Amino acid sequence: MLVAAEGVEHHPLVPLWQELVIGTIAFALLCFVLLKFVMPRMEAMYQARVDAIEGGLKRAEAAQAEANQLLEQYRAQLAEVRTEAAQIRDDARADAESIRTEILAKAREESDRIIAAGRDSLAVERQTIVRELRAEVGGLAVDLASRIVGESLADEARRKGTVERFLTDLESAGAR
Amino acid sequence: MSGRLVAAEGLPWPPSVEDFYLPDVAGPWVTKFSLMIWLAVGLLIIFFMATYRNPKLVPSKGQWMAESVYGLVRDNIAREQMGKDGIRFAPYFTVLFSFIVVTNLFGIVPGLQISPNSHIAFPIVLALITFVMYLYVGARKHGLGRYLKQSLIIPGVPWPMHILLIPIEFLQVFAVRPVTLAVRLFANMFAGHLILLVFTIGGFVLLASDNIFIQASSIFAFIMAIMMAFFEVLVALLQAYVFVTLSANYIGSSLATEH
Repeated sequence: MLVAAEGVEHHPLVPLWQELVIGTIAFALLCFVLLKFVMPRMEAMYQARVDAIEGGLKRAEAAQAEANQLLEQYRAQLAEVRTEAAQIRDDARADAESIRTEILAKAREESDRIIAAGRDSLAVERQTIVRELRAEVGGLAVDLASRIVGESLADEARRKGTVERFLTDLESAGAR
Repeated sequence: MSGRLVAAEGLPWPPSVEDFYLPDVAGPWVTKFSLMIWLAVGLLIIFFMATYRNPKLVPSKGQWMAESVYGLVRDNIAREQMGKDGIRFAPYFTVLFSFIVVTNLFGIVPGLQISPNSHIAFPIVLALITFVMYLYVGARKHGLGRYLKQSLIIPGVPWPMHILLIPIEFLQVFAVRPVTLAVRLFANMFAGHLILLVFTIGGFVLLASDNIFIQASSIFAFIMAIMMAFFEVLVALLQAYVFVTLSANYIGSSLATEH
């Protein structure tokens, strides 16, 4: 054994002082280099990433909120349009109803008017006919009577009065 | 060690403390251990400088690896143990953590196969830094007197108890903490290497036997050696984590306002 040949016995809990020195220097160098050149950048990168992620999340949240707001808006608009359409339909229905009743009323009125007019003209016609008939019947009767009697009634006025009287008698007899 | 049995091929058996003290490469300043320390320092500087030469917001693979180490130490150790104050210590803890991990892992790297931390000198250096750091941080934050009073006197205890408690607390702060910190790391690495020696050299010793059955049983020794090597990876990472976590805890307790 080479170690045994050196004739040094070691105790595991007693450090070699050269190793203490080397360990200190080496670790100090490692700390110096990494703490100066690497770790600050690592923490900065860490923060930058946290910011980036949080910023991204915030942006996504904002976009989401905006989308939700738009959706709400569209929904509200849609509802509004729907109620408006329903309103218009109701109005149209009411209008149609009123127009129908109006037209019906007008038509009824018109028909009533036409009937009334017909009745009036009929009455007038009848009166005219009655009057004409009366004159004709009078003349005919007089003619007939004069022919039968064979004598002409010279006095126009008297003749007229006789006919009138006769007709009135006729009427009153008919009415009775 | 005249009492040692030298088995086949001149392997020393059983393994002893002297197996940890290898012949110097060139004098007491250039040993395998000191070279490994420089190697670890060089590797870490190259790794971090290379991966962080041109950092980007969307990291490359190397940058991501470096940041994972930093993120682990920053969030899971520094902030966990010390709260928001811990973040300014995270860079140092990251250096400490990666240095311990690399030097511990040397214990199972072929060709090196021993951790520098199995010599207590290196854990002592690291523990001393933590020790000085927590005293300094405490004294600077509270003033030396108030820091001592705060760390030695437990509030809400009947006064005769202080006769007992103050020496205990004093020992705790000025001796137990740094010593356990150094010894824990050293002992884990020392024991780990010893276990690997026992199973590996033991396997060869069994193999050198004249009896065929004893030779065959060496396979179990080698399987154990391989399993223990994997176990050592776990121990290497765990001990680095424990060392840094306890350092953070001690520094954090110095910063804390109450005991």
